Amino acid sequence: MNEKRLRSLIAQGLAGDEQAYRQFLTELTALLRAFLRRRLARLPDQAEDLVQEILVAIHNQRHTYAPEQPLTPWVHAIARYKLIDLLRRRSRSDLLHDPIDDETELFATADAEAAEARFDVAKLLRALPDRQRLPIWYVKIEGATVADTALRTGMSVSAVKIGIHRGLKALAATIRSTA
Amino acid sequence: MKTDELVKMLAAGVEPVDPRQIARRFRLALATGTLIAVAFTVGILRLNPALSRYLPEPMFWIRETYCLALSAIALLGVHRLARPGRRLGLVPAALALVVIAMWVLAMVALAPASPQTRTRLVFGATAAVCPFLIALIAAPLFIAHLWIMRALAPTRLRLAGAAAGFAAGSMAALAYSLHCPELAAPFIGIWYLCGMLIPTMLGAWLGPWLLRW
Repeated sequence: MNEKRLRSLIAQGLAGDEQAYRQFLTELTALLRAFLRRRLARLPDQAEDLVQEILVAIHNQRHTYAPEQPLTPWVHAIARYKLIDLLRRRSRSDLLHDPIDDETELFATADAEAAEARFDVAKLLRALPDRQRLPIWYVKIEGATVADTALRTGMSVSAVKIGIHRGLKALAATIRSTA
Repeated sequence: MKTDELVKMLAAGVEPVDPRQIARRFRLALATGTLIAVAFTVGILRLNPALSRYLPEPMFWIRETYCLALSAIALLGVHRLARPGRRLGLVPAALALVVIAMWVLAMVALAPASPQTRTRLVFGATAAVCPFLIALIAAPLFIAHLWIMRALAPTRLRLAGAAAGFAAGSMAALAYSLHCPELAAPFIGIWYLCGMLIPTMLGAWLGPWLLRW
């Protein structure tokens, strides 16, 4: 049910359909939140951090999803990887009480009630160099087009795209080291 | 930041993903790695001068097929382990099958042989250098496979590193076979495999560091 719907949304998103992609991420957020809240019941404020970390990871790695591949195992593998990474960083794997290996469970329940993550992406953005920060700011937050951003920043179109790409990777790394 | 703001930010102005981008990186990495490996084998180790005399020998073709089959299966393993949620499927079984086939041939060669001949079949003249030369030739290919994986998202890092190492080792063995004077199945079943396992173990060891994301 979720699999089929989300798969068609991500396929459109990979083709550059912004609205479908936002819908994909929104629906995925609720599923990830439910999945992680149950598993991190004793670390409730970290669950939302991790939801965001996984969303950034999914965005940065979206090129590794092949549309002919089932979506559930792909999302599950990323979520599991990031969850284990978090637990290893805290070396408190005893906090995990539900097994995380059942991938079918991930798409079974949704949780739409968002908590606020403790880190502030806007603040993290300020630490990035201009060639990454400005493209992300204009395109991703103000909603300008890549071409407009190129004009406003004096960067080339491909430099703007590369700046966004590298900036989001750097952001993911910062989130990881501070979470 | 609220999660829905993050979602809005990630989706804003999202660029289409070019599905050919990964294939391009695969081609570039493998072409460069193979070129360096072959250049090293031909330029420094030299082609085996007797190579043309080997051509009618079935064992020559069995050796080449052995290396080629292992390379192809290992590449499939790299391809799968580099992506989240892909299963290895029959890859490990296929690798084992190829190795076991070579061991069966080795047994067949060793069984009727005299003790002296057995020693020659197992050690040949180059057993002491063969694994190390294969591992050395594997270096550029190992880097190539890791570079491919770094652009993707492996989630089982130790296994992914090992797969990168084994793919590099088996492709290096194929390059090395242009120089190698040995055709006996026991030799290939032991020393070629050892050469492939050196980068494999290195990959399993380094994977969790080099492939993290």
